[in-house]
Amino acid sequence: MAIENKSTVAYVGTDAVAEAMRQINPDVVAAYPITPQTAIVETFSTMAANGLVDTEMVNVESEHSAMSATIGASASGSRAMTCTSSQGLGLMWETLYIASGLRLPIVMPNVNRALSAPINIHCDHSDSMGARDSGWIQLFSENAQEAYDNTIQAIKIAENSNVYLPVMVLLDGFIISHAIERMELLEDNKVKDFVGEVNTPYSLLDPNNPVTVGSFDGLYGYYFEFKKQQEEAMKNSFSVIKEVGEDFGKLSGRSYEFFETEYMEDAEFGFLVLGSAAGTVRHHVKCLRENGIPAGMIKLRTYRPFPGKELVEATSHLKALAVMDRSDTFAGGMGGPVFMDLRSAYYDYDKKPLMTNYIYGLGGRDLSVELVQQATEEMQDIVRNGEVKQTVNYLGLKE
Amino acid sequence: MSTRLKDLSKKDEILKGGHRLCAGCGASIAVRQILKGLPDDVELVVSNPTGCLEVSTTIYPYTSWNCSYIHSAFENVASTLSGVESAYRSLKKQGKTDKDYRFVVFAGDGGTYDIGFQALSGALERNHRMVYVCYNNEAYMNTGIQRSGATLKGAWTTTSPHGEESYGKAENRKDLTSIVAAHDIPYVAQASISNWRDAVKKAQKAFEADGPAFINILSPCHRGWRYPMEQTVEVAKKAVETCAWPLYEVENGEYNLTGKVKEKKPVEEYLKMQGRFAHLFKKEENKEVLDSIQQYIDEKWERIKYLAGEE
Ligand SMILES: Cc1ncc(C[n+]2csc(CCOP(=O)(O)OP(=O)(O)O)c2C)c(N)n1
Ligand code: SF4
Repeated sequence: MAIENKSTVAYVGTDAVAEAMRQINPDVVAAYPITPQTAIVETFSTMAANGLVDTEMVNVESEHSAMSATIGASASGSRAMTCTSSQGLGLMWETLYIASGLRLPIVMPNVNRALSAPINIHCDHSDSMGARDSGWIQLFSENAQEAYDNTIQAIKIAENSNVYLPVMVLLDGFIISHAIERMELLEDNKVKDFVGEVNTPYSLLDPNNPVTVGSFDGLYGYYFEFKKQQEEAMKNSFSVIKEVGEDFGKLSGRSYEFFETEYMEDAEFGFLVLGSAAGTVRHHVKCLRENGIPAGMIKLRTYRPFPGKELVEATSHLKALAVMDRSDTFAGGMGGPVFMDLRSAYYDYDKKPLMTNYIYGLGGRDLSVELVQQATEEMQDIVRNGEVKQTVNYLGLKE
Repeated sequence: MSTRLKDLSKKDEILKGGHRLCAGCGASIAVRQILKGLPDDVELVVSNPTGCLEVSTTIYPYTSWNCSYIHSAFENVASTLSGVESAYRSLKKQGKTDKDYRFVVFAGDGGTYDIGFQALSGALERNHRMVYVCYNNEAYMNTGIQRSGATLKGAWTTTSPHGEESYGKAENRKDLTSIVAAHDIPYVAQASISNWRDAVKKAQKAFEADGPAFINILSPCHRGWRYPMEQTVEVAKKAVETCAWPLYEVENGEYNLTGKVKEKKPVEEYLKMQGRFAHLFKKEENKEVLDSIQQYIDEKWERIKYLAGEE
């Protein structure tokens, strides 16, 4: 299909996100700077200062207030966004649950960064993994292009009446946020039409329908039912994420699914990976294939909701599967969060690959091709011997 | 605008009956007095942080609020309403609404002096047009009478109990009204539910202010202060008469004493009405504490008079 009038640019990830936000033109953006997210707030503030958007900027005094003000704005029937990283997301923790519990379609890019202590500004996924059970949809991006594409799609997913859940768009700190990449932008009016008019479930500013938002559930007890409804909405979001991904493909030539597979059909062993590390793993898997080694990979985009069944279907024919986690759960030897989720998804199935977990890249530690090769050799051993010697492995630790 | 009782009584009540605040609670009196100052023909959004007023008026599936209302958490009422007010400005600028809205917070002293202070200060600095009302009952009542930054020295609370080594809360309260005034916002006032006309007038000014306005209104709680529930207004009145709670306003930086005190009464008259100070009168050595409370109140009163250009 021919896609007309696309423009190709060289952008850093933060500019890609800011550009998506400009095209979305939210009514309110409340935000607070934190490395490596800062450039998004700065660039977007400049756009607002130049009148390129209709947005009211609220330069709050903390991330707790950033999410609180975004909640107030979204509950007022406006399209409201914020963005953050690391400690900022940590400070928002309490209010993340309020945003999802009030069913507010807020969209928030989070530039993944390690959590203190020790203080570390570089990439890992521990910040967003800490928020994985807060009722937010989480979409991971491999590069600036995907961060841009996901941000636009997130609006449409969040504001779907069968969903009404907040969406977090994840991009790896510095690796995506600060590296210049070639990417394609859509035209302004195409994005405008795609996201459409704002759609929130209710508004404080509708004079004919006053609402009480955030009531106290202390006496009659409906909390449980509300939480069940959130889980239903999360289930509904599967088909919405799929449809929006397809529609986006018609618009841009880049369609999106829950995950992407490479060489998986006839693979003997495979890697499951999230975020920017997918590039390195893909490159390596391609080299392995060129040497006749039957490797494959899956890049997981939709981490919440978790497409467990689909992942099982895509990997159950493997002899061995390595799950790559850029964060730990400190559960005492159980491995990283993605590994635990996928192992759990496999429980009901008889046919399953031998599984290992590679925890890598914490605090920005580089994932080199050599390290992926090290993991490859271990995977080949597992295939050969039919047993896993060590389930949870820390890849690239200093001796 | 009129502050005649006859006219005010005709105004619609926005906080409806049927809420679950204790009988004799100062908070509902404060809310009703302040909302009597709302101009006619405006739309209203109310916000509460977590606290007695919030849990008693929004028990799902019921609500006592005959207007739009939002509660999000304990420490973020000012930032939540900042977002609402910003959405309003955005939609108004884009021609998506032509209504005239007012935004008001009713927050306890805990949600204002302590945990919510950062959000409050930020919202004031950013100049959001909202009326922030602290219904001040000088402790965390919703969680069972714990000390707050607004609790008067010497008071018993469950986290500042008196005992062999303690006479109750050891510290003076912080002067939040002055701290708020230091933000140079258009309107700041201290009010008391005992002086309703004064409170309504202050509310009227606050709702007209072109920017943030703050009212700290003394709203006694008989559960926490330990007095018979029918004495709420009398206790508040005594706070004003002893100058333990001076009534004043700061209008565009100008200090003005509002409730004139003809003859300042000793603070003991106020303290003796309340069980939370009863221990101070039982031990001889607590005389010193009583003196220091009196001294604190005198100093604050002299300062306010000076700022207001009196004497
Ligand atoms: C982050 C957080 N910490 C603590 C609490 C528990 N809590 C709820 S209400 C409250 C005290 C409220 O006191 P105040 O603001 O003075 O209002 P009042 O109940 O006296 O009307 C506390 C400590 C909470 N809800 N959230
Ligand atoms: S405990 Fe005190 S503040 Fe709370 S409702 Fe009862 S009287 Fe009012």
